[in-house]
Amino acid sequence: MYKIVCKKELNPSVTYMEIEAPFVARKAKAGQFIIFRIDERGERVPLTIAGYDREKGTVSIIFQKVGLSTNMLGQMNEGDYLLDFVGPLGKPTEVEGMKRVCVVGGGVGCAIAYPSAKAFKEAGVEVDVIVGFRNKDIVILEDEFKAASDNLYLMTDDGSYGEKGFVTVKLQELLESGREYDEVLAIGPIPMMKFVSKTTEPFGVKTIVSLNPIMVDGTGMCGGCRVTVGGEVKFACVDGPDFDGHQVDFAELMNRNGVYRDREAETNKTHMCRLEKLGKELIK
Amino acid sequence: MANMTLTKTPMPEQDPNVRNHNFQEVALGYTAEMAVEEAKRCLQCKKPKCVEGCPVNIHIPEFIAKVAEGDFQAAYEIVTSTNALPALSGRVCPQETQCESKCVRGVKGEPVAIGRLERFVADWYRENVNAMPEKPQSNGIKVAVVGSGPAGLTCAAELAKKGYEVTIFEALHTAGGVLVYGIPEFRLPKAIVANEVRKLQAMGVTVMTDMVIGKVLSIDELFDEMGFKAVFVGSGAGLPMFMHIPGEALRGVYSANEYLTRVNLMKAYEEPSDTPIIVSKAVAIVGGGNVAMDAARCAKRLGAETVYIVYRRGEAEMPARLEEQHHAKEEGIIFKTLTNPTEILGDEEGRVKGMTCIQMELGEPDASGRRRPIPVEGSEFVLDVDTVIMSLGTSPNPLIRSTTPGLEVNRKGCLVVNEDHMTTRDQVYAGGDAVTGAATVILAMGAGKEAAAAIDRAMQAK
Repeated sequence: MYKIVCKKELNPSVTYMEIEAPFVARKAKAGQFIIFRIDERGERVPLTIAGYDREKGTVSIIFQKVGLSTNMLGQMNEGDYLLDFVGPLGKPTEVEGMKRVCVVGGGVGCAIAYPSAKAFKEAGVEVDVIVGFRNKDIVILEDEFKAASDNLYLMTDDGSYGEKGFVTVKLQELLESGREYDEVLAIGPIPMMKFVSKTTEPFGVKTIVSLNPIMVDGTGMCGGCRVTVGGEVKFACVDGPDFDGHQVDFAELMNRNGVYRDREAETNKTHMCRLEKLGKELIK
Repeated sequence: MANMTLTKTPMPEQDPNVRNHNFQEVALGYTAEMAVEEAKRCLQCKKPKCVEGCPVNIHIPEFIAKVAEGDFQAAYEIVTSTNALPALSGRVCPQETQCESKCVRGVKGEPVAIGRLERFVADWYRENVNAMPEKPQSNGIKVAVVGSGPAGLTCAAELAKKGYEVTIFEALHTAGGVLVYGIPEFRLPKAIVANEVRKLQAMGVTVMTDMVIGKVLSIDELFDEMGFKAVFVGSGAGLPMFMHIPGEALRGVYSANEYLTRVNLMKAYEEPSDTPIIVSKAVAIVGGGNVAMDAARCAKRLGAETVYIVYRRGEAEMPARLEEQHHAKEEGIIFKTLTNPTEILGDEEGRVKGMTCIQMELGEPDASGRRRPIPVEGSEFVLDVDTVIMSLGTSPNPLIRSTTPGLEVNRKGCLVVNEDHMTTRDQVYAGGDAVTGAATVILAMGAGKEAAAAIDRAMQAK
């Protein structure tokens, strides 16, 4: 059992939590992920590690309430327990040998981009950060990114905060102005990672994307998370989740992520009773 | 008076057309009367060949003699003196190639139903006594077991009996390995696996789930920081293979491991599970092993109208147990043998809508001794399916070997061990599928048992 020791709402749909998981905290590195399971009937859901405190033995996660399990997790409070919390899984983000990088985060993907930006910064790498949000209301981690970057470019789709436009607009601008990067790391929705990769391709800048396929075990035993990279089948849970964005088959990933969409829509309709039941159990 | 009937006492089973709609156990087990009757078929050979055929060398005639007398408690004690997990092995062992293949009664007629009797004894004990074993006096020596499948559970049980302080590290959230994620409920009820794990815990074994060794702790850390004196690696062969044909990334293509994990471990077939699974009308399972049979029978139970087993060789070459093939056919699974997929076809939305297959014929025997399947030119046809499950076999997961310096593996990624089951690292032992590649539950149990004995010898010598 893993205790929730801290919970903060970052915006109406995005939640921050610190979970007591000393073994995971000892080993966690930027770019790795965990799998949680709420209770006996719960599914296994992967979430990227947003941070860790090795001394306190805690691991932080940031998640968007999009489906049954993330909504249920969002209902839980400080002092509640998760049944399972496995990690750290996947390969860490490579920070060695870089001089200057650009970290691009989109929406809740910024929660995943942040620990990587921080890891680069701590390794003495010069870091530009471009983060993008739909509008002002859903901006998260602004102060944290400021601290973890040399230059922060904050974009909103509607211009309600920071600069107006997509992250790719800013990235294109920086690349055209002659700014050079050893690597661009893009983390966010699949279309955003695809367009970041398209933006950097003509400039020949190495681009890494953090993929988010459907997972079950997260240890390489089922292949549910398989993706095609450079024509080869890779398992994102053990070979990734970071891959060369210029080699990834994004259309295939997008298609595979829709496998259970109908089923999810159905459970979202009926999940209120499960949420209410969980609420009652937690009150007991 | 010996029972000289030439055939085994039949074991009651659920009707095929009832059981293919539920996940309850197919084989219902012997009653006490049936067990006694069958036990009387054993001739109590002076030099029993059956024992040689058993990888954990159960004292077979002795326990069967006790069953014949109706002393089931005594029979249980004899079985468990050499086999820690009889309720499991009695169900999933391929007895026809092991103990029962050596039975003298099998020369003329059917062999004694050793597996069914072993199962009866274990079930009788669980239902009537189920006393938890006592915790033996500790010898203070800590041993780590990586993986809680049949190899790890057996190794842990043997070491705990001798007083070692054993901790099992399991990557998943439930202990049991393939016994919980792979073999379906209708062949091996999960409550029985859980009961065996509880017995181990009563003997003082600590089970830590959610621990992916190689990630959360390395083997070196188990020695240096956690104070373990020996490590047994029973991490299995869980890495699924794919065919690398076009269309394998379509929605509706699963590895058998993923399909079975969703069904068995995550209980996707039950209403109160949050884990989804595709609802299929027509399913093709590619492969001919026991795992393929399990996946096919699960698909049928999940409501698929048509379920095909697609296998490139003939029925005689199928690696699945005859009993499993027989059960699958009874339940309405259609066998498409001498058939190999060449492409999986998708609709405009990226879902599986069919599978192109080619007919095969058998040529000369290949290196494995089996006749090589050769495609028949121009014989392609399309199988109308909406789900494809790849059951082509598995190989050992590279997680542990890639994070443990000095651990040698062979060309297939299997850990190299000596006659003591010790790897190329001092005091790191290994057994089961991690060493042999995908094999059987009982061979893994045998390896776990022998490795425990080797660990004990090494620790005593120090």
